[in-house]
Amino acid sequence: MHSEKKKAWNPYISGALSGLLIIFSVVLSGNYFGSSTAFVQLVGILEKLISPERVSQIKYFSIAEPILSWQILFVIGILIGSFLAAKIFGEFKWQLIPSLWRTNLGSSKLKRGLVAFIGGSIAMFGVRLAGGCPSGQMSSSILLSISGFLAMTIFFIVGILVARLVFSGGVKG
Amino acid sequence: MINLFYGLMAGILFGFILQRAHVIRYDKQLGALLLKDMTIIKFMFTAILVGMVGIYLLGDLSLLDVYGRPLIIGGVILGGSLFGIGWSMLGYCPGTSWGALGEGRLDALIGILGMFTGAALYAEAYPFFENNVLTWGKYGNITISDALGINHWFIIIAIIILVLILFRWLEKSNL
Repeated sequence: MHSEKKKAWNPYISGALSGLLIIFSVVLSGNYFGSSTAFVQLVGILEKLISPERVSQIKYFSIAEPILSWQILFVIGILIGSFLAAKIFGEFKWQLIPSLWRTNLGSSKLKRGLVAFIGGSIAMFGVRLAGGCPSGQMSSSILLSISGFLAMTIFFIVGILVARLVFSGGVKG
Repeated sequence: MINLFYGLMAGILFGFILQRAHVIRYDKQLGALLLKDMTIIKFMFTAILVGMVGIYLLGDLSLLDVYGRPLIIGGVILGGSLFGIGWSMLGYCPGTSWGALGEGRLDALIGILGMFTGAALYAEAYPFFENNVLTWGKYGNITISDALGINHWFIIIAIIILVLILFRWLEKSNL
């Protein structure tokens, strides 16, 4: 745990670099960071392969059009960038159960898998309704939007309350 | 086409930074929600401060058109609460889940599949929400400075001061 902490980049410097990256992205291509629209678009592309007529009838796919977009490439980039960093710095590791989970909630793969799947579904449904995920709300906050700050506050307050329920047996490690 | 290339480049650099800062890990995300380790808070707020100053500076120099995002209080409160529930279960958010998968975390892959399911369900449910929750407290593109009717630099400086006080307190408390 402690050796892991030593190897990580300083969060303030990493955050500042990310802030600069957002500025460059906006100047170069007009795109603020955001990730959740990509999920809708990817699902739309998949559904289009199965039934194009049905997709044309779903109104939401006219708002988040199922086409290859900046944001889809952005999330693919995150996957590649993280993979490269993990490989270069020797931190790549296949793992299904995170250590904090294992210490407190046990080593059942089924339990971790189910909670991750259901949690992912609820989280994505929620961010679409809220108008964006944390990276999108970060961009919204950069623009001083009330929606960004309000969304982040609610994400954290509810997240803190529910995390207490998930870890109701106390937190070790 | 060039736009897609910029997206890929921005993603690769962002993914690299996210991995090096270890902020894409379940342990870090839950660490924040359990109020034990505030690494992700430090990371996010520093990014916001730097982005805010840069974007508004470029806006004032007329190099960018800067405006707020739409506010729909009903959607933000209901959707934000649902996200809070799902996030504390999954331990990754939509952007970071791709990074977590990049460093080999298989529960993030399961989470991504769950998120695709959630996105498909939302596309089906949208017509329902459009006529109720998404009409509650609809304000258009509104920023804090619009709401208070004062220049954005007063808000930016106030936010910087508040965030620096928060950082100092976090460092003192060893979080």
